[in-house]
Amino acid sequence: MNLTLKIWRQKNNADKGGFKEYKISDISKDMSFLEMLDVLNENLSEKGEDPVHFDHDCREGICGMCSLYIDGKPHGPQQTTTCQLHMRSFNDGDVITIEPWRAKPFPVMKDLVVDRSAFDRIIQAGGYVSVNTGGVPDANEIPIPKSIADLAMDAAQCIGCGACVAACKNASAMLFTSAKVSQLALLPQGQVERKIRAEKMVAQMDAEGFGACTNTGACEAECPKGISITNIARMNREYFSAVVSSDSL
Amino acid sequence: MSWVSKTLSSTLGQKLLMALTGLFLILFLVVHLAGNLQLLFPDGGESFNKYAATMASNPFIRVVSIGNFAFILLHVIYSVILSRRNKQSRPVAYAVSKASTNSVWASRNMGILGTIILIFLIVHLKGFYYEIKFGSVPMTSYEGVEFKDVYAIVANAYGNILYVAFYVLSMGFLAFHLSHGFASAFQTLGLNHVKYSPLIKKVGLGFSILIPALFALIPLVMFFQN
Repeated sequence: MNLTLKIWRQKNNADKGGFKEYKISDISKDMSFLEMLDVLNENLSEKGEDPVHFDHDCREGICGMCSLYIDGKPHGPQQTTTCQLHMRSFNDGDVITIEPWRAKPFPVMKDLVVDRSAFDRIIQAGGYVSVNTGGVPDANEIPIPKSIADLAMDAAQCIGCGACVAACKNASAMLFTSAKVSQLALLPQGQVERKIRAEKMVAQMDAEGFGACTNTGACEAECPKGISITNIARMNREYFSAVVSSDSL
Repeated sequence: MSWVSKTLSSTLGQKLLMALTGLFLILFLVVHLAGNLQLLFPDGGESFNKYAATMASNPFIRVVSIGNFAFILLHVIYSVILSRRNKQSRPVAYAVSKASTNSVWASRNMGILGTIILIFLIVHLKGFYYEIKFGSVPMTSYEGVEFKDVYAIVANAYGNILYVAFYVLSMGFLAFHLSHGFASAFQTLGLNHVKYSPLIKKVGLGFSILIPALFALIPLVMFFQN
């Protein structure tokens, strides 16, 4: 395959940045999108040019490190992570536009790399549970109905890649935050901090500068892990009930 | 900051206000439509004029109408606050965006649709509400009792094709606004469940078509009756 890539290049956070066009040839349809970028970077390195910086880690679709807004969609045309996106999703001669996630709380550090530590701070605000120290408890000591365990696992599938923020017209982090609130609110282990968690995580989400939710459903449609917006409804319930019943005045 | 002001300055608290005021305005639409459909009764406006007089004099209705204005104002103010925040959350726009593949048009354009509806509301209130309350209204009498001939004012306004077209078009925008707003309000309240969410979506879609269509029918019928 021969392709034209329009890639966002930006030296650092203070730089204004802009698109640069690259031609790339002899790309196999079986390559992943990131492997295609590896080939581009090899070419650039050989020519002594600065390679395109992008985030990646496990390349198995489970770590949430890869990002990229490809041709107008987070993680590209398939509902998966960029590392699991393959070049067979494109056609020979395509012009592919690659941009970083765009959100005020996700500042561009270089090229396609954005700083997603705003997510970490939301987790730190309340995404934890209190546990007893001591001996290891027996398995299945705490009864959890299968249906509840399933819901919690569905929410826990969130890998924190930020595609929801990237897809949302408001750059809202409600799908991410609601998945993190939900997975713990559903389980018995999460009850101790249940109210304070909802209040603190929502407050941190707002403080980071993410937008509000318009219920467009774009996040759910683009989430590589299929996190449902029923989690957002649950977060709203958790938050509203915490507001009227928690100890924090 | 007290817990109340903290909640009302949070995105979720502000969305809650949008949902609650929106649902109240949805209820108001039903009541307003039920009253207005009396314009189509073939009695020369008698039942409508009597209904208008009751609405103007009933103290309960007057309290509700003040609440209605307040809720419209709240809905507008908080939509501006939220929209500003949402805009600021993405200072650099995408060069290429395929939003239409993951969401419907109305859901992404609630602000624009709402602004058009607000413009309609201002024209509508100026033309009828203000005119009837503070303007000079012709009088008519039924069984010896004097009534404001509100029907005559409405009939006169709906004799103008441009006015009728403006009304029908505005109801189209209202339909799109409701097509997202109705179900969206329930989601914001946290009411999303397989048991009833599909029903809410269906009712919302039906509501968003039926109510604006009936509203639009009134000026159309009255125009062709003239």
